[in-house]
Amino acid sequence: MARAVSNGIKLRNTAIVGTLGFLMFFPILWILILSFKTEEDAIRAPLEVLFSSGWTLESFTTVQERSDYFKHFTNSVVIAVGSTFFGILIAVPAAWAMAFVPAKHTKNVLMWMLSTKMLPPVGVLVPIYLIFRDLGLLDTRIGLVIVLMLMNLPIIIWMLYTYFTEIPGEILEAARMDGANLREEVLYVLTPMAIPGMASTVLLNIILAWNEAFWTLNLTAANAAPLTQFIASYSSPEGLFYAKLSAASIMAIAPILIMGWFSQKQLVRGLTFGAVK
Amino acid sequence: MTAAPERVVLGFAGMPGAVICVRGCLFAPREERKLSKLTKSMAGVALLASTALAAPAFAEEITVATVNNADMIVMQKLAPEWEEATGNTINWVVLEENVLRQRTTQDISTKGGSFDIIFIGAYEAPIWGANGWLTPLNDFGDDADYDLNDIFELVRNGLSDKDGNLYAVPLYSETSFTFYRADLFEAAGVEAPTEQITYTDFADLVSKVHDPDNGVFGTCQRGKAGWGENMAFVGPMVNAFGGRWFDMDWQPQIDSPEWNAAITYYVDLMNNYGPPGATANGHNENRALFADGKCATWVDATSAANYIKNPANSKVAEVTDFFQAPKQETSNGTGWFWSWALAIPATSQKIDVAKDFLKWGTSKEYFQKVGETEGWVAVPSGTRQSIHEDPRLLEAAPFAETIKNAIFSVDPANPTRDPVPYTGVQFVAIPEFQGIGNYVGQQISAALAGQSTVEEALANSQQFAVREMTKAGYIK
Repeated sequence: MARAVSNGIKLRNTAIVGTLGFLMFFPILWILILSFKTEEDAIRAPLEVLFSSGWTLESFTTVQERSDYFKHFTNSVVIAVGSTFFGILIAVPAAWAMAFVPAKHTKNVLMWMLSTKMLPPVGVLVPIYLIFRDLGLLDTRIGLVIVLMLMNLPIIIWMLYTYFTEIPGEILEAARMDGANLREEVLYVLTPMAIPGMASTVLLNIILAWNEAFWTLNLTAANAAPLTQFIASYSSPEGLFYAKLSAASIMAIAPILIMGWFSQKQLVRGLTFGAVK
Repeated sequence: MTAAPERVVLGFAGMPGAVICVRGCLFAPREERKLSKLTKSMAGVALLASTALAAPAFAEEITVATVNNADMIVMQKLAPEWEEATGNTINWVVLEENVLRQRTTQDISTKGGSFDIIFIGAYEAPIWGANGWLTPLNDFGDDADYDLNDIFELVRNGLSDKDGNLYAVPLYSETSFTFYRADLFEAAGVEAPTEQITYTDFADLVSKVHDPDNGVFGTCQRGKAGWGENMAFVGPMVNAFGGRWFDMDWQPQIDSPEWNAAITYYVDLMNNYGPPGATANGHNENRALFADGKCATWVDATSAANYIKNPANSKVAEVTDFFQAPKQETSNGTGWFWSWALAIPATSQKIDVAKDFLKWGTSKEYFQKVGETEGWVAVPSGTRQSIHEDPRLLEAAPFAETIKNAIFSVDPANPTRDPVPYTGVQFVAIPEFQGIGNYVGQQISAALAGQSTVEEALANSQQFAVREMTKAGYIK
């Protein structure tokens, strides 16, 4: 009896989760469908779109002809990977210090770091724009690497701090007693132990940087524009561009989707690191 | 095993490098292998980043910021000819209209200098020009080959400031007129108007062709909120009903009886004879509905005529015709005026190259080239006298003459029944209008959706406009 109820609940939960999952995935699925339609078919009623129109690669071809996808793609890779890399480089020592050598105000410092995320980015747009203009960083990849690194740094530090606090301090002490200096302790003892957590931090931040659209649209023009601008260039209130917009979106999200798919095991492992003891 | 540690220096130009061990540093082989993989991949990333970050710049490279529309796509396609002829290159930055407006405003106002040419409208050109944000193009008049006077005077004036300084040159211009289905009119026994009719007559006519059971709605009009969306239709309609945005003392007039009559008419018309969910419909959505045969009438941009009359896009190409946008209390300001044009920000460092491209992209030869390569029906309308008189255009697009006459009937300097201190038909050429227009658009959209009454929507709009105009110093 109890088993039957349990199965019923399982079934119900599976159905709920499945439905929610489908609903969350549906916009991406619909974009995928529209990207294989002509512009005229893409604006038809949903059922007509699905069942009474043909499939074509026309939109992908047109988008590729009109825009330099690979230039935008390269920019996205450089910006996402670069900002994450430098973020990690700064965050590891910071999180180490706060996790293993906590001071009186460590918690306050952590809170202060997080508070920088509470300000809407548009609030600092003009000052940052002016600073970038004066430093010659507008429309440069290094500029975007810096700004996205700074934007994501609080999240990276918080995540790493959480992972580091799960690691027993005694292991680090043992390394010190074996003669390891600080650099060696962090690089060769702490880092390997925190690899799952660091990997998920890296992956999450690459995803965040890849999808970031506010700074990447506002601080770029032609040279450093990543895939977010590639998508934005197909949005228009005048003229029909739904199919091309969908194709551009699919081309923009495909790399990160594929990366996320292959690294999901690592991502989940890192996010649940230390959850079960 | 005892080889000396290898070191990799990571860094960018001008920045101190971070030194990390790659091999043979310390610790057990397993950790070493793991770390080695990690550091190697980091080194690879850094190399990729440092290589990619050092992108060179070219001297004769201009950056053009533009919207995504059919005419600009054609220009992008033909631009390599200019690049080959001059040796210069163009970087195209294509953005959605509102994003482009925000992005270029931000860049110009902060003297960012990111763009050498920007695509702007008749609303921005005089305001930005007066702010000193744009390079004057008066010297285009000295170039006999360019023949500035061939561009319609109305359009030139719309892109100039009060002192007559020209700040942008047009790619295309448009007004609004009524698209109608001649076949449905005939079937319903309705005679198509030859003179300008009133909105009352229009509603009567629409009621006769409204046939939702057969999937045809009497009229499709813009309902999506925004100063460039629903207000583009509502603005001229308010003008027709005798309304105005401001009186001669810049006092908002949105709660006036004229506005009330116009908005009540609009809400009733759309609720009775419009498609369901009209608040989601902007220009694009209505264009798709009309092209699909779902609408009997549609008052919108003349620039959409090329699309609707093209059988490749439209099911109703053969049965669509046009008449003037309706009037009511007055015929002043009943059709809007808009022009998409190219301008050079004052911050551009390559003004001469940018001017050369502008002259090429808006020359007679360019429009002829578009006609020859893309078909004469695709030639941007409402810009040059000589192009509108070209027999090849008149043969391919007989409605071009109707469009020209409609554009000529507009007078942005005299847009209302009562005197006003501003110019502009569907907009008021002051910087504050964008915010006010958007807010009023939202209120009217809410009234259309039934979320508020017309009175509430107009009272809120009036309150907002008074506050904004006071804040801006127009009202003392």
